[in-house]
Amino acid sequence: MSDSITLQIQRYRPEEEEEPVWQSFEVPRRDEWMVLDGLNYIKDNLDGSLSYRWACRMGVCGSCGMVVNGEPVLTCATYLAGLGTGPLRVEPLEGFPVIRDLVVDIQDFIDKLVSVKPWIIRDEERPLSEGEYLQTPEELAEYKQHSMCINCMLCYSACPIYALEPDFIGPAAIALAQRYNLDSRDHGAAQRMDVLSQHEGIWCCTFVGECSVVCPKNVDPAGAIQRYKLKATAEWLKSLLMPWSKR
Amino acid sequence: MTRPEDLNRLPRAVGAAVNPSYKPYHPKWHRKRYPVFWWLGKFAYGKFITRELTSLAVGYAAVLLMLEIWVLSRGQEAYTRFQELLVSPPVLIVHGLVLLFLLFHSVTWLNLAPKALALRLGRKRIPDAAVLVGHYAAWLFATALVVWYLVGR
Repeated sequence: MSDSITLQIQRYRPEEEEEPVWQSFEVPRRDEWMVLDGLNYIKDNLDGSLSYRWACRMGVCGSCGMVVNGEPVLTCATYLAGLGTGPLRVEPLEGFPVIRDLVVDIQDFIDKLVSVKPWIIRDEERPLSEGEYLQTPEELAEYKQHSMCINCMLCYSACPIYALEPDFIGPAAIALAQRYNLDSRDHGAAQRMDVLSQHEGIWCCTFVGECSVVCPKNVDPAGAIQRYKLKATAEWLKSLLMPWSKR
Repeated sequence: MTRPEDLNRLPRAVGAAVNPSYKPYHPKWHRKRYPVFWWLGKFAYGKFITRELTSLAVGYAAVLLMLEIWVLSRGQEAYTRFQELLVSPPVLIVHGLVLLFLLFHSVTWLNLAPKALALRLGRKRIPDAAVLVGHYAAWLFATALVVWYLVGR
């Protein structure tokens, strides 16, 4: 087995080239190294101008998402040696504008995330003196899976609909909206429905399902979107048959 | 202080190429054009497109059934002629393909059912496997009913 591996990195340096180009680097192939370790080796030893995002190195911060050999992955959680003998192709996340090398602009995702109000909305706040809002384990289990999202945007990269229809709110933002909709302490479902039930919300999704496949935290955004479609349809029927009822 | 025009000279200073259209302090993002045949790039995308396209076979089967009922209303002679058309070799080949597409569409569609349905029994969530088995059982039951009606009565 070779003790080195070739990383083919997509470079984009706007001051140097009009279009992205490929550049190859030889890095040590160590069993304990992740793809991110290979990138750090390049940055420290071969080319200090290589640009990419990373922070925690432990699959929590969601910064180091990239496309490796065509699959969106967290590079801090993907073993170099687990991807064969190479060469490995490392690209920025799909569907986002590239700022430089492997760094993409995430402002669109941030704007969409904020639009679904991913925080607890109360009709009436209780005074602090009355203590915390209690939940049973069953109530917690309702939304816990969706609360594991780390905003890594791998699901956006895997979603061809987001790449084709940039107005689509997208998998993670909808899953996080559902996380709060399903929270027993929250009263903001009706406010979120105004955003989610638009065409750019759940109805843009054609259920390709790859968002759930690539999710490193098993958040299952595809499931969240399909379940919300059923809920939105039921709400629409209710408003049609019982227009006097409150949403 | 570094002047903006000097920034363009920096890549040249380290021996790199210079993009003449680049303006310092003006971000120039690269937006990749998504290819028309994006669904050929990954097996899962191809499977998705096939699932969507085979829904045409579902539509065709429904229209064929309605057509058959309409022909039946036109009398015995018209219905017999239609039946003869249905058993002709070219139509049989087409319908064999339609059957394959229908099976593919049905299986891939039923496999997705647990993603969309989060059913509960009291306070307990019904497992995805049970939802899946329930769907297949209903499909088999409906098929058995049709087979019994056509053959076993």
